[in-house]
Amino acid sequence: MTDDPTGGPGQEPGRESGRVPLPEDSMPKGGVNAPVDVAAAATPAVDPRLIVRQQGLKGYVQEFRRRVSSGELGSLPVIIALIVIWVVFGSLNSSFLSAQNLSNLSQQIVGTGMIALGVVFVLLLGEIDLSVGSVSGLCAAIFAVMDVTHGVNQWVALVCALAGGAAVGLIQGFFFAKIGVPAFVVTLAGNLFWNGLMLQILGSQGTINLPGDDIVSKLYTTIYGAQIAAYGTAAVGVVLFLASQLLDARRRQTAGVPSRPPLDIALRTILLAIVAFLAAYTLNQYKGLPLALLIFLIFIVVLDFVLRRTTYGRQIFALGGNIEGARRAGINVSWTRISVFMITSTMAAVGGLFLAAQIQSASQTSGGGNLLMNSIAAAVIGGTSLFGGRGSTWSALLGALVIGSILSGMNIQGLSNALQFMITGAVLLAAVVIDSLARRTQRAAGRA
Amino acid sequence: MEGPPVLALRGVSKRFGAVQALTDVELEVPAGEVVALVGDNGAGKSTLVKAIAGVYVPDDGVIEWQGKATSIHRPQDAQHLGIATVYQDLALCDNLDVVGNLFLGREIRKFGVLDEVAMEKRSRELLSTLSIRIPSVRIPIASLSGGQRQTVAIARALVGNPKVVILDEPTAALGVEQTAQVLDLVERLRERGLGVILISHNMADVMAVSDKIAVLRLGRNNGVFDRRATNQEEIISAITGATDNAVTRRRARGQEGQQ
Repeated sequence: MTDDPTGGPGQEPGRESGRVPLPEDSMPKGGVNAPVDVAAAATPAVDPRLIVRQQGLKGYVQEFRRRVSSGELGSLPVIIALIVIWVVFGSLNSSFLSAQNLSNLSQQIVGTGMIALGVVFVLLLGEIDLSVGSVSGLCAAIFAVMDVTHGVNQWVALVCALAGGAAVGLIQGFFFAKIGVPAFVVTLAGNLFWNGLMLQILGSQGTINLPGDDIVSKLYTTIYGAQIAAYGTAAVGVVLFLASQLLDARRRQTAGVPSRPPLDIALRTILLAIVAFLAAYTLNQYKGLPLALLIFLIFIVVLDFVLRRTTYGRQIFALGGNIEGARRAGINVSWTRISVFMITSTMAAVGGLFLAAQIQSASQTSGGGNLLMNSIAAAVIGGTSLFGGRGSTWSALLGALVIGSILSGMNIQGLSNALQFMITGAVLLAAVVIDSLARRTQRAAGRA
Repeated sequence: MEGPPVLALRGVSKRFGAVQALTDVELEVPAGEVVALVGDNGAGKSTLVKAIAGVYVPDDGVIEWQGKATSIHRPQDAQHLGIATVYQDLALCDNLDVVGNLFLGREIRKFGVLDEVAMEKRSRELLSTLSIRIPSVRIPIASLSGGQRQTVAIARALVGNPKVVILDEPTAALGVEQTAQVLDLVERLRERGLGVILISHNMADVMAVSDKIAVLRLGRNNGVFDRRATNQEEIISAITGATDNAVTRRRARGQEGQQ
C-alpha cells in the first residue's frame, strides 16, 4: 500500500518552519496527485479526469507518459499490436491489406467478436465462462433444427435460439451465484454438457444446411453496396459522438463542474472521423458496408452505454472491484451475477448464429475447435482485465480484429495448422502477460 | 440537553450459544455529540455496533430512536432510520472513482440513466463542506492514500443524510498525519449536529475528540465518563477492570453501610 507516492518532500516545509502541520502538508505538492480544491467556488475549468491535460498538446504528452509509467495502458498495447500485425503481414503479402481482404475480415470477426462481447461482461466480474463455444454451437443448432427441419417460422426460431442462450446463462449463473460452485467448474461442465445437447438436437443427420434466404444467413451475407451506406454510417457515428460530447460539456458547464476543453473534444472527434471514414473508404473499395459489421458496432455501442451509464453497469463494475463493498451498498449480488451470465450466454448465441450463417450450416463441429479460446483471447487482448473490474466493450472489437488479422494473415501465407495454433497461443499468453504486468505496475503506482 | 437522545440503547443483551456477549448494556447518543465506545478486545464493542447497525438482532432490550422504541432487524432498517456505519474494512471499490463510490447503491438517475454531472456536483459539495481534500473526485480509489480512503468512506456514509454515524476503528490503520485528518473530520460531523459513535483503541484519539466515553467490559457497561471530567488513567482502569479490586470493593461496601 503506497500511502503517498510522491509526497515525501511535501512534508518537509511544515516541520522546518515549526508551524502546526496542516493536513495539506502530507499531500503531494506537484504531479498527478497534487490536490485539486473541490470547493465549488474554486472549480477548475478542466475536467479532473484529465488531471494534467490543462496545458494543451504538451499536457497530452505528459499524460501519456504518466499513464504508461503507471501501467494504465488501456487499449494502447492492442492498437500497437494491430499496427505491427498489419505492417508485418502487409509487407509479406500485399493482398493482406487489400480492400477485399480487409472487408472480408470485417465480416469474419463478427461471430467471434459477438461472443467476446459477452465474455467481456463475465470478465468484468472477475469470473470466466468456458461454455461460450458450446453454447454458440447449441443455439445455432436450435435455430437450424427449428427453421430447416421443423419448418417453424424463422423469427420464432431466432427468438428460441436466443432464449436458449439466456436459459443456459440462467442455469449456469444459478449454480455459480446461489449454490456457490466456482464459475470455472460450472462452465467447464457446461461446455461438455451443452456440446452433448447440441449433438442430440442435430440428431443423426449431423449437419443441417441453411437455405441461404433465411434471416440469419441474410444477417451475414447482406452488404450495402451504395457508397452512402458506409460513409453515412461513419458520418452518423462521428456526429453522434460529437453531439454527446458537446452536450455533456455544456451540462457540466451549467452545473459548474469541470468539463472537457473544446480542443480535447475537437481532437477526439477528428481522430474518430479519420478512423471511421478510412474504414468506410476501404469497405466501399470492395463491396460496401456489411450488415454484420453494422450490427456488431451497434451491439458494442449499446452495451457500452449499459456498462458506463446505467446503474446496472455500475453494479457490474462494483462487483468486479469489491464484492463485499457491493453487497454492503445494497446491490443484489446473486441477481447481478446470474444476469451477467445470461448476457454472456445470450451473446454467445448471437455469435453462434453469425458463425452458422458464415458457413451456411449448423454442424457437429459448430462451436468447437479454437472458438472458445479465440473469444476469450479477443476480450483479454482487447484490454479487458482477467482480474475483474476493468474493461470495455470496445475491447471485443479490437481483440477480435487482432485475432482475425493473425488468422487471416497466416492463411494467406499458407501456414500449417500446427504453426497457427502455436502463434495464436503465444499471442494469448502475451496479452495475459501484459495484463498481469500492467496490474503489477498499477499496484506499484497506487492505481490498482 | 433538550429532548431525548437521537439514539438510545436500554438493557440490550445478546447471547451467542454459550457466550453472553452483551448484558444489559445502556448507551445514549445525543445529537451533536461524539460518544467514544472503548473496551478491551472481546468486550462487546463490535457486537454492540452490529446490534445497532442491524447485523445482529438483540435478544433482549430496547433500541430507542429519537425517544421512541424501534426495532432493527436488517441493515436496511438501520439505514432507513438514519444510522450509517463505516466498518473497519472500508468496503470501497478500488476500480471505481470517488464519485462512483460515494453514490454506489444510491446513484442519481435521470430518465433511467446515471446522472454523472449531478453526482459529481453533489460529491464536490459534500467533500468541500467536510473540508476533505483529495486530488480529484474522478480518480480511482486505488490511487488514494489510506487516510484519504477513510475520509471518502466517511463521506460516503453521509450521502444518505444520516443522523447517527458509527465509526469502527477509523484510525487503526493510519499514520499520524492521516489520523489527524480523520479526527478533524469527526469534529466536523459533530458540528453538523450528527451523533457519532467512535470505536477506538487509541486513548489519545478518544480523549481528543469525544464528548462522552462509554466503557464496556466483558459485555457490560463499566461506566460512562464525561471527557472533560476524566483522565486517561481512569478510562484505562475502567477498561482493564483495575477499578474492581479489594480497595474499591471495600469503599463501595463502606458507602452502602453509610446509606
